[in-house]
Amino acid sequence: MVGGAEELIRRAVRALDERLGSVPLLKKTLRYVFPDHWSFMLGEIALYCFVFLVASGIYLTFFFKPSFQHVIYHGTYAPLRGTEMTKAYESTLQISFSVKAGLLIRQAHHWAANVFVAAIVLHLMRIFFTGAFRKPRDINMWVGLTMLGLAIFEGYAGYSLADDLLSGMGLAIGYSVLMSIPIAGAWLAGLAWGGPFPGGEVFIGRLYIVHVLIVPLAIATLLAIHLAIIVRQKHTDFGGPGRTERNVVGTPLWPSYAFRSLGLMLGVASVLFLLGGLFQINPVWLWGPYRPDLATNGAQPDWYIGWLIGALRLMPPLEIHVFGYTVVPNAFFGGALFPLVVFGFLYAWPAIERRKTGDRARHELLDRPRDNPWRTAVGAAFLTWVWLIFVAGSLDQAVVHLQLSYVQQIWIFRVAVIVLPIVVFFVTRAICRDLQRSELHPLDRRPRRVRRSPSGGFETIED
Amino acid sequence: MIRWLVAAILLLFGRGKPEPPPTPGLPPRPTHPRAELLALALLALVPGAVVVFAVVYFTSANTQLLGLTLGGAFAFAAAAAALAANRILPQDTHVEERPELDHPVEQAEVEELVAEAGEGVTRKRLLVLAAGGAGSALAGALVLPALSCGPDATKILSESPWRRGRRLVDEHGEPIAAQAIELGGTITGFAEGADRERMASSVVVVHVRPDELELPPERAGWAPEGFAAYSKICTHAGCAVSEFRYPLYDPTSPKPALVCPCHYSTFDVSTGGDRIFGPAGRALPQLPLEIDGDGHLVAAGDFSGRVGPSWWGVRKS
Repeated sequence: MVGGAEELIRRAVRALDERLGSVPLLKKTLRYVFPDHWSFMLGEIALYCFVFLVASGIYLTFFFKPSFQHVIYHGTYAPLRGTEMTKAYESTLQISFSVKAGLLIRQAHHWAANVFVAAIVLHLMRIFFTGAFRKPRDINMWVGLTMLGLAIFEGYAGYSLADDLLSGMGLAIGYSVLMSIPIAGAWLAGLAWGGPFPGGEVFIGRLYIVHVLIVPLAIATLLAIHLAIIVRQKHTDFGGPGRTERNVVGTPLWPSYAFRSLGLMLGVASVLFLLGGLFQINPVWLWGPYRPDLATNGAQPDWYIGWLIGALRLMPPLEIHVFGYTVVPNAFFGGALFPLVVFGFLYAWPAIERRKTGDRARHELLDRPRDNPWRTAVGAAFLTWVWLIFVAGSLDQAVVHLQLSYVQQIWIFRVAVIVLPIVVFFVTRAICRDLQRSELHPLDRRPRRVRRSPSGGFETIED
Repeated sequence: MIRWLVAAILLLFGRGKPEPPPTPGLPPRPTHPRAELLALALLALVPGAVVVFAVVYFTSANTQLLGLTLGGAFAFAAAAAALAANRILPQDTHVEERPELDHPVEQAEVEELVAEAGEGVTRKRLLVLAAGGAGSALAGALVLPALSCGPDATKILSESPWRRGRRLVDEHGEPIAAQAIELGGTITGFAEGADRERMASSVVVVHVRPDELELPPERAGWAPEGFAAYSKICTHAGCAVSEFRYPLYDPTSPKPALVCPCHYSTFDVSTGGDRIFGPAGRALPQLPLEIDGDGHLVAAGDFSGRVGPSWWGVRKS
């Protein structure tokens, strides 16, 4: 049995090498070293979510009809029988109620989108707070940021396809934000929708091809570039015994890392199937079909759109008029300017930090967040700002629970988004400096020292 | 049968194949019989869960059970892979050198190689300029077909189906009798015969006490008997203004108002749709109403301003 396996391996390796001459590359690949830290897995989770999204999405395309043609519903869901709706919405109901395992796959696909963006955001935070974006990796941070933007847009396009009431409201807001772009807005919105809102057959056809082909293809291409750059530059690592700026210490791809990663992939699929089966998400049959003259109370988008809703809601009623014309309508500030500022800041950050520190050297060893108090404080303040605006997007849910009116809450948040980031900046910087001095672990405040023994080994001493 | 059982037991609990003699000079690899047994058990659970998944699929197709069994199958496989990676397979730590990324010698060579293209060219700047111009022209030519994607929406956006005498109909196409709307109530009306999906087609009619109204002088008579109509589309981000706040308890809600549930822009219905809270930058357009001889609601003209979200062509009102 084992002899047979060895023979099989021998034959496969030879067959490959004799044809492609690829054995030296294969050898290098199998010996490729992955440094060990849990936070290095976040990007991998995003990668496996993407694979899951493509696979589950292909399945959904076999049943979904991207059409705004009106039909009368006669399906299995009794409360909507006799209702006029589009084929897009009807086929989404069909997937949910009549296709065996259809609801499981649809919900798992929706959950995967939420987990995908969450994993990317956490991965980005890891990159930021450990300084992993410094030369030579600034280029890969830009690739990653572009994928984040595309992933958010892709999720929005996906849940907009179902043409239920919530998705239609989301599209109305998207249309209005596009319209609000100074001078070019109305023209761009007309081009995108093929006419005025809500658009017709042409529009949903475009939205569909954008969601199932153009954006996924763009993400896949950038993903390939992202990974190729990592392979070329190799992973970053935290400092430690035997670790220098010129080596990588860790687990080789074959065998243990390959199995670890396989376990992560299967684990991601497991969690997504469990979420898709056990936790309801976007029950479109409850919202009903979209009509421009209808809207529902307490509407909330997927979490990754929440920051934009928050910005639209928090923005004071400012519009800029020139000769009486509304050159900058209000929706521009929250819906377009705010995300531009957030992404602009992130794209510019490697250059901002290089300018501030004058550090142009190549960095392979990561900082701990405390090692660079200024960066960590700016990052924490920035995160607080975006997070508060995100929370402001769901304040209407809190009205019920808190003894404050919605108007009072909005005013509290309008002040808080300016004051709290400043407070967080100074507090974070002070904590980092304190940690630097005392070298205490932030969660476990026992002091530790590392001593190198004469034989070259390292040991931790507890004071 | 017994032979099979013995074979199965041996397979599971036997000591496994002895390792080949260790390479001289290296310590022998440690073995992990218990971890192997656990991994074996986990792998055996995978087809088990898949069988249950299949049974559920062919019987009730219950979504929760499908998710539980399929997710479970993947979870067992994931646990087996993690166990293999962390307990069974060799736990070696390797050290790899990083490649040097910059090649100073080649950098200079490449710079020269690229510069070679310009050798012997006399009007370099002019040619570069001309090539840049030609490239931009080509790019511009390719942009033009993209303009076919949509009509000039700015023209369509100014169209409105409302004019004097156009009746308001409800969602079944029936004319709306004013008396059908009780005090503090609302109804959604559409321009009779118009495409209902267009933003300018729908209005919300509210019924308030006539003495609550403080309409501007030029709109006197726009809300007969306290029936006032406003565009149903919010001027902020295009959602339907679907909530009507009518004061039942004066201290907390001082004025009757229409509220958009998307971003909570709030419009005062008594003063002609002025924004009193929220992000909207301008008032909700009002539609002048009349009540005809049959007691039905009829438009007395067009809206007071542009319907729908603001854009640069919208005049401040």
